[in-house]
Amino acid sequence: MNRTATLICLVLVLGGALLLAAGNQLAAPGSTFHVPTYVISLVGKYLCYAMLALALDLVWGYAGILSLGHAAFFALGGYAMGMYLMRQIGTRGMYGNAILPDFMVFLNWKELPWYWHGFDNPGFAILMVLLVPGLLALVFGWLAFRSRVSGVYLSIITQALTFALLLAFFRNDMGFGGNNGLTDFKDIFGYRLQADSTRAALLIASAVFLCLMLLVARFIVTSRFGKVLIAVRDTEARTRFLGYRPERYKLFVFVVSAIMAGIGGALYVPQVGIINPSEFSPANSIEAVIWVAVGGRGTLVGAILGAILVNGGKTYFTGALPEIWLFALGALFILVTLFLPHGVLGLFRRREKALPTKPTQGTATEPAE
Amino acid sequence: MTRTGDTLLYLDNVSVSFDGFRALNALSLLVEKGEMRAVIGPNGAGKTTMMDVITGKTRPDEGQVVFGEKTDLTKLDEPAIAALGIGRKFQKPTVFEPLSVWDNLLLALAGDRCPRFTLWARESTDEQDRIEQVLETIRLAELRHRIAGGLSHGQKQWLEIGMLLAQDPQLLLVDEPVAGMTDAETEQTADLLRDINRTRSVVVVEHDMAFVRALGVRVTVLHEGSVLSEGTIDHVSNDPKVIEVYLGR
Repeated sequence: MNRTATLICLVLVLGGALLLAAGNQLAAPGSTFHVPTYVISLVGKYLCYAMLALALDLVWGYAGILSLGHAAFFALGGYAMGMYLMRQIGTRGMYGNAILPDFMVFLNWKELPWYWHGFDNPGFAILMVLLVPGLLALVFGWLAFRSRVSGVYLSIITQALTFALLLAFFRNDMGFGGNNGLTDFKDIFGYRLQADSTRAALLIASAVFLCLMLLVARFIVTSRFGKVLIAVRDTEARTRFLGYRPERYKLFVFVVSAIMAGIGGALYVPQVGIINPSEFSPANSIEAVIWVAVGGRGTLVGAILGAILVNGGKTYFTGALPEIWLFALGALFILVTLFLPHGVLGLFRRREKALPTKPTQGTATEPAE
Repeated sequence: MTRTGDTLLYLDNVSVSFDGFRALNALSLLVEKGEMRAVIGPNGAGKTTMMDVITGKTRPDEGQVVFGEKTDLTKLDEPAIAALGIGRKFQKPTVFEPLSVWDNLLLALAGDRCPRFTLWARESTDEQDRIEQVLETIRLAELRHRIAGGLSHGQKQWLEIGMLLAQDPQLLLVDEPVAGMTDAETEQTADLLRDINRTRSVVVVEHDMAFVRALGVRVTVLHEGSVLSEGTIDHVSNDPKVIEVYLGR
């Protein structure tokens, strides 16, 4: 069931992205097959959210780490990309300064801060997209897992982490554009960001990265490592007496997950055109948890499905009935928790189990968390 | 008590306190290579704390815990002690419920526990043979693909014993293996433990006196964190100190 679901998901994501891109690029405006560019960017954004959801499901669904601060890794990846995009603006900024981004000129800064150096180089920026979230997860995870912090306590400190980053990035002195963040981007890798073809390419890149991440995550959870991880999730103490070191397993998967989230953020920023501190807001991380819960925790594909469904709903509702959205989201979470403990994907699974050829006895019970 | 070349586990003068409560009070215990030992005692006698100290879950306040020739267990943590060859079975059967019987044994199998290894590991034929062997011993061969969470209580107990066997330890610590078992299952479990004891040392903590009698091994009686009496089951059950603790008051 999981293998089939993964295959269907890969085909839909890649095929869908290619079709949309083709509809945007090849069909003439006005034809029924034409896809407007705003749809391209919207779907691209959903796919980036799906990467965040997938990353979260990897740690929550398989290692029992309920991170309520995962959007922090997403935002850090986004900021690294945003810094690269800022440096690409060059003299086209409002103040025409070849080195300093506009907000620094505005703040009367004379020199580029040391941590902005190198970001004009795309290779360096990409490296930072991977390295910054990865290193933060490594240090944070090492401290937390080594001290055997888990459960609610871990969730609370992940929430504190993202909140601390939110406050830090708000400050103008940090040198990341403060409240306004980074915006007004012009090019990416030499291509004009406003061009339809660049948008289509970014959508396809997002689809490709999402599929790659799904494959990597699936490789991890179906390996022997993944079995140990599930054992750690449910009965951590027992794995220790078997000679495993759960903290190493959690740390590895936490870092991989943070890097995935960071890549998602890096692809998100050029498609929405802005990154600001609100991406660190705790509510964003909690929303990501809802996507995973709605789609089906511990299924990987469900996380992707949930992210796309909920965000699709959000786009519709905030347009049609803006005052309803938050209530709808809250109701959705309650309903899913009460009636669909295995998420939307669990619906299909239950039907499969009900087939008379397969005995229902002895099916896995997933722990409630 | 003195150590000889055949001593596998050596506890000397071990004390543990929790908030002023002395769970272990100058406990000394010696287990020989190839020995099976039953440990009995009323609730709160320190049986589980003793297991915790041996497996590295609890650090003793004082005293020595030595495994084999000269390995000081008080300096090691749980995974390190498990790697040395000490296996532990919990009172409540603790198996990995979402995984199949086969996968439970696979994870328990002696081998590299490093994430770098398990990420790329594939089941070797040697591993498969060893799992088959264990499945035979614990009589769960038919249920190999069953999810462990769906097993009966007794089957879970055996699966956990099977996991210990797969771990291939030199010393097995078994906490109340027959609690909640039927008479037939209890008998089979006694056979299983005797079988295991042919190649390994076993320490069994048990409440069930009939079961301890059936095992027919040397018995240590714990009381208030130290050894009250030691010897054959007949010897200890006739010991006036033991009678007083169990029947008196």
